[in-house]
Amino acid sequence: MATNLRIRVNGRVHQVAASPNTPLLYVLRNELRLNGPRFGCGLAQCGSCSVLLNGKEVRACITPVAAVGTGAVTTLEGLPALWRGKTRTTSKTGDELHPVQQAWIDEQVPQCGYCQNGMMIKATELLTKVKRPTEDQIKSHMNTHLCRCGTYPRITKAIKRAAATMAKGA
Amino acid sequence: MSVLDDTTIDLLDDGRLDDLIEGAEFTRRQFLKGSGALVVGFSLVGSALAGSAKSATARVAAGPPNAALIDSWIAINADNTATVYMGKIEITGAPTGLLMIAAEELDLSIDQVDHAAWNTDVSPNQGTTAGSNSISNGGPQVRQAAAEARAVLLGLASTQLGVPVSQLTVTDGVVSVTGDASRKVTYGQLLGGKTFSAPNTGRAPLKPVSQYRLVGKRVQRKDTPGKVRGSHPYVHQLRLPGMLHGRVVRPRGQGPYSVVDKPLSVDVASIRKIKGARVLRKGDFVGVVAATEQDAIQAATQLKVKWSQSKTMPGSGNLWARFREVTTSDRYALNTGSIAKGLQEAAQTRESLYTVDYQAHASIGPSCGLANVQADHADVWGASQNIYTLRTNAAALLELPADRITVHFAEGAGCYGRNLQDDAALAAALMSQLAGKPVRVQLTRDQEHGWEFYGPATLVEIRGSVDRNGKISSYDYVSSQQPWVFNEATEYMAGRPLSLGGFGGADRENAGSQYAIANHRILGKSIPNDAGLPKVAYLRAPAAPQALFASEQMVDELAYAASMDPVAFRRLNIGEPRWAAVLEAAAKAARWESRKAASKLDSGRLRRGRGVAIGGFASTFVAIVAEIEVDTVTGKIRAKHVFAAQDCGLIINPNTIEQQMEGCVIQGVSRAIKEQVTFSRSRVTSLDWESYPILRYKEAPEITTVLVNRPDLRSSGSGEPTTAPVPAAIANAFFDATGKRIRTMPMTPARVRAVLKA
Repeated sequence: MATNLRIRVNGRVHQVAASPNTPLLYVLRNELRLNGPRFGCGLAQCGSCSVLLNGKEVRACITPVAAVGTGAVTTLEGLPALWRGKTRTTSKTGDELHPVQQAWIDEQVPQCGYCQNGMMIKATELLTKVKRPTEDQIKSHMNTHLCRCGTYPRITKAIKRAAATMAKGA
Repeated sequence: MSVLDDTTIDLLDDGRLDDLIEGAEFTRRQFLKGSGALVVGFSLVGSALAGSAKSATARVAAGPPNAALIDSWIAINADNTATVYMGKIEITGAPTGLLMIAAEELDLSIDQVDHAAWNTDVSPNQGTTAGSNSISNGGPQVRQAAAEARAVLLGLASTQLGVPVSQLTVTDGVVSVTGDASRKVTYGQLLGGKTFSAPNTGRAPLKPVSQYRLVGKRVQRKDTPGKVRGSHPYVHQLRLPGMLHGRVVRPRGQGPYSVVDKPLSVDVASIRKIKGARVLRKGDFVGVVAATEQDAIQAATQLKVKWSQSKTMPGSGNLWARFREVTTSDRYALNTGSIAKGLQEAAQTRESLYTVDYQAHASIGPSCGLANVQADHADVWGASQNIYTLRTNAAALLELPADRITVHFAEGAGCYGRNLQDDAALAAALMSQLAGKPVRVQLTRDQEHGWEFYGPATLVEIRGSVDRNGKISSYDYVSSQQPWVFNEATEYMAGRPLSLGGFGGADRENAGSQYAIANHRILGKSIPNDAGLPKVAYLRAPAAPQALFASEQMVDELAYAASMDPVAFRRLNIGEPRWAAVLEAAAKAARWESRKAASKLDSGRLRRGRGVAIGGFASTFVAIVAEIEVDTVTGKIRAKHVFAAQDCGLIINPNTIEQQMEGCVIQGVSRAIKEQVTFSRSRVTSLDWESYPILRYKEAPEITTVLVNRPDLRSSGSGEPTTAPVPAAIANAFFDATGKRIRTMPMTPARVRAVLKA
């Protein structure tokens, strides 16, 4: 069922085929083939599905696609461009990562990696608001997201590392 | 069926492709010509979706490939890289370790090796990826095959360069004449894109550990960049052309195992409004498919099914009464010396009962599977820990010969054991067969939580005694638990037989066995699987956390009875030096101060304590020191800092081992204080993250890991063992903090408050 719905994702406007009450997650994954956000619970309990909506983290599994309106959706795949936009740099190879993603590699955060989409999205939300968060700020902010592999301590290290990189504007 | 036999190899060597194609042994006649070599048996869809193998080499139609041939393990590519075929799949980083082992033997850099996609056409059968055995069992196989490959390559280089092998040096796949680096040839030049066509003799010399340059180094996991970018090929994001989306329809939460749920009525009309949605049934199995995922979800939600309902479960509150009521079969795992004699020598005797509730794997992403079942061939994708067993089970379910099924591994969310990965794959296979189209099935959150194989609930009774010198004089350990089962609900609901499993034995390794005890009994009482209980199977460090929660608390109780410091008491009673080494390492890291437990009680609302426990799994030795804080008002236990020392033999990759240990600690703390599967008289009721809470970000302890390397000893497992002693260490810390014993796990706030009040 085609609708007239359009959404803006990672800087591009997309026509949506799904019905307006379809959760954003299924539109992102099945229509836009953006696989960063993942189904975890469908109950907004775990955060595996998180995306940024106008810079604020939301749960794509319970957000009807129609509720996005004219807002800007950013998925994990859109983080590198988001960072380039902020630093006004142009990509040399198109391969550069957002400092949060690079920190995730440098600190070897992911184990199974399934929840890490939401973790990186939530961390990006934090670092947009708070340039150099304290350990307590990081823990409070991230507490809404679940990881079953036990990567929480490494995420804290990675967020600190990313904050340092972002402060340099690299 | 392995068809890559000598005849086949001869035909390949002679280039007689036509003879091969005519050969009756080939069940799939799809040949893809590679660069001068041959690839057999990939389906186009399969290789495009799951495949990253860039090499072309001789492969059989239906695996497993013959392990006695080098080509089954290693392929050299024209760009001077190697592709490693492995049967061990990705769960916690072991494939990177296996690639390090291969690169080490081949004298390649880690960037020059990658692994092939996993499937039953090309992957060697290395058995189930479980029991932390990827490196311990899979490593030596990969190592040997790589050494064989190197020997062949050096033979070729010797001929080409005109010097004996003894005068050749290899660096990063470049073979040169020792002392004359200008005379050189690369692996890629020697054999790129061609087959070894040589036997895996088992006799090629292995590089001595003393010459290792890569193994033991901190190497980043190969799968990390894809997982960070969102491009990692999880099974959840595979899509087949023309596929339907499917959902399984089951009651919310499993009932008693062995009582198969029956759909008494299925109202197909209830989903008539959902365009294209169909109900699929076989026996008691019910599923729905639709063109879009949203429609499949709607159909599964709206389909009216009246299910049979058993009321034979005890309810979580009456679990242990049920354990006591049923008739068990009993078997000694150890019976040495005389308990009576040990008790006679005793200065102090203690007797305690401990319980551990069912706990869930609770994967963060529900299991997912895909299948394309056609009349004469089927492809099945799933995150199975054993693609060959899954193929056998799919064959029985689909009533197809196993050699007409290709099972592909694609990673799922962390499983930590037997979750529902095979169930989802089998459901996809069944539904694809019934629908006549490719189908993708993703389970729901309540299905993943409610229908899995739980870590067994365990009841342990121990009588222990200590003599005047602080030596344990007797240790009489009795545990009760169900045996594991492996039947998936998809299978038995579709009419396949259901097994009641084998024997629910005691964990011999963790029932006081860390100590030299002359009079020692370990008795397992097997709780029958038709006693109105949920189904159970292996969960990270299977049986060990439960056993240690009891056995290491009893050791602490004996230390207390002997008025000794818990570390000193263990030091005195340990037999095996490897236990002593990890104990000392953890105690040192934690700056353990020698004193009797509960001899320094805080007076305020918050009470601090420290506890120690040792235990292991998969031949790996672990010691944990936990520092905790107990809120005496709320009853909340907070793990503040956990020190973990682990000896898993020769260290392959410290990076992944530390990751694994940290994960084990967090999961161990979570299981210790939070996790409990609950059920009514009819069904499991813990079906999401509210009703089955796990450790949250703020609750994570600080973690210090200590790796005890043993270059002289064979590598053992690392993905699970550190989980095992964590709950016991926390329980012992609780006693140190409060002077009270807590013998029920999980140690939830309500239970803590009850213990403190008593």
